[in-house]
Amino acid sequence: MKLADIRRPENIVSCKPRLMNDKNMHYCPGCSHGVVHKIISEVIEDLGMEDIAIGIAPVGCAVFAYNYIDIDWIEAAHGRAPAVATAAKRLNPDKMVFTYQGDGDMAAIGTSETLHAANRGENIAMIFINNGIYGMTGGQMAPTTLEGMKTSTTPYGRRVDLNGHPLNITALMAQLPGTCYVTRQSVHTPAAVRKAKSAIAKAFKNSMEGRGTSLVEIVSTCSSGWKMSPDASNKWMEQNMFPAYPPGDIKDVTLNEEK
Amino acid sequence: MAKFIGAVEINKDRCKGCDLCVVACPCDVLSLEPKYVNDRGYHYAFDKNPDACIGCAACATVCPDACIAVYRMVNPDYKPNDK
Repeated sequence: MKLADIRRPENIVSCKPRLMNDKNMHYCPGCSHGVVHKIISEVIEDLGMEDIAIGIAPVGCAVFAYNYIDIDWIEAAHGRAPAVATAAKRLNPDKMVFTYQGDGDMAAIGTSETLHAANRGENIAMIFINNGIYGMTGGQMAPTTLEGMKTSTTPYGRRVDLNGHPLNITALMAQLPGTCYVTRQSVHTPAAVRKAKSAIAKAFKNSMEGRGTSLVEIVSTCSSGWKMSPDASNKWMEQNMFPAYPPGDIKDVTLNEEK
Repeated sequence: MAKFIGAVEINKDRCKGCDLCVVACPCDVLSLEPKYVNDRGYHYAFDKNPDACIGCAACATVCPDACIAVYRMVNPDYKPNDK
């Protein structure tokens, strides 16, 4: 069997999603952002939402997200993506509006916008990339930085007496009555990627069905900021990030409806 | 003999040589090019052992830059009782 016989269009099982364009992404090698961009493109393609999807890009590493996925995007001011998404969804209730935010954007600068949008129960989906660091600006401490974790602004490790406790904003959001689906996923193995994909699909469907706010946290790596190889960062994430941010569904109102 | 045979096709200009596909591959098909680099200076991934591929698409699933296309077909030489 020659390779050319196997490499035929009818045998294809996985390739670059149609919605992703040919621009080279600016992310560092091995960055989780690329995987999440890929699964968002696949989900939008699978659900047939190319024409109704509106993404709200944040400030942070994902600030150029609008360059890579061929759907409608709005670039928001730092942390204000949920506020922009509120306006977009209220004015266009038939569109699927989602925000794509990092931990600096969602858990630090935009905490107020995020919590209030979720508390109002806006019918938007939020995708939250949590890598415990401000990756874009050089690896400074973020609210989600783990205790004892070394960053460029906490070179001896984060101290609780000086810098406070890591902020688990996903658990906070789950307590709000406006949220309908709050889950925490990761994208470090093929199985985890598939789970994250179905979680994002569910969040997008909830947005269209008017159930309330959905939040999908993706526990991610920042190999440049953590100063490790991509594979070593994945292992470090499993050992250190997962005890503080355990993957799994935290809240799902659709389960109660079925009972 | 495996029931499925697969093949990967890597867009080497898009690849950033992050090594995640090499770690994810269960059949040790992929490797990073040890000597050559692409236009952007990365040691891109290539299929050093293409016959071992079973088309599971684990590499393409974890690839952050979507540069891997995976093909899979039933092996025409496969016999169910063959061990």
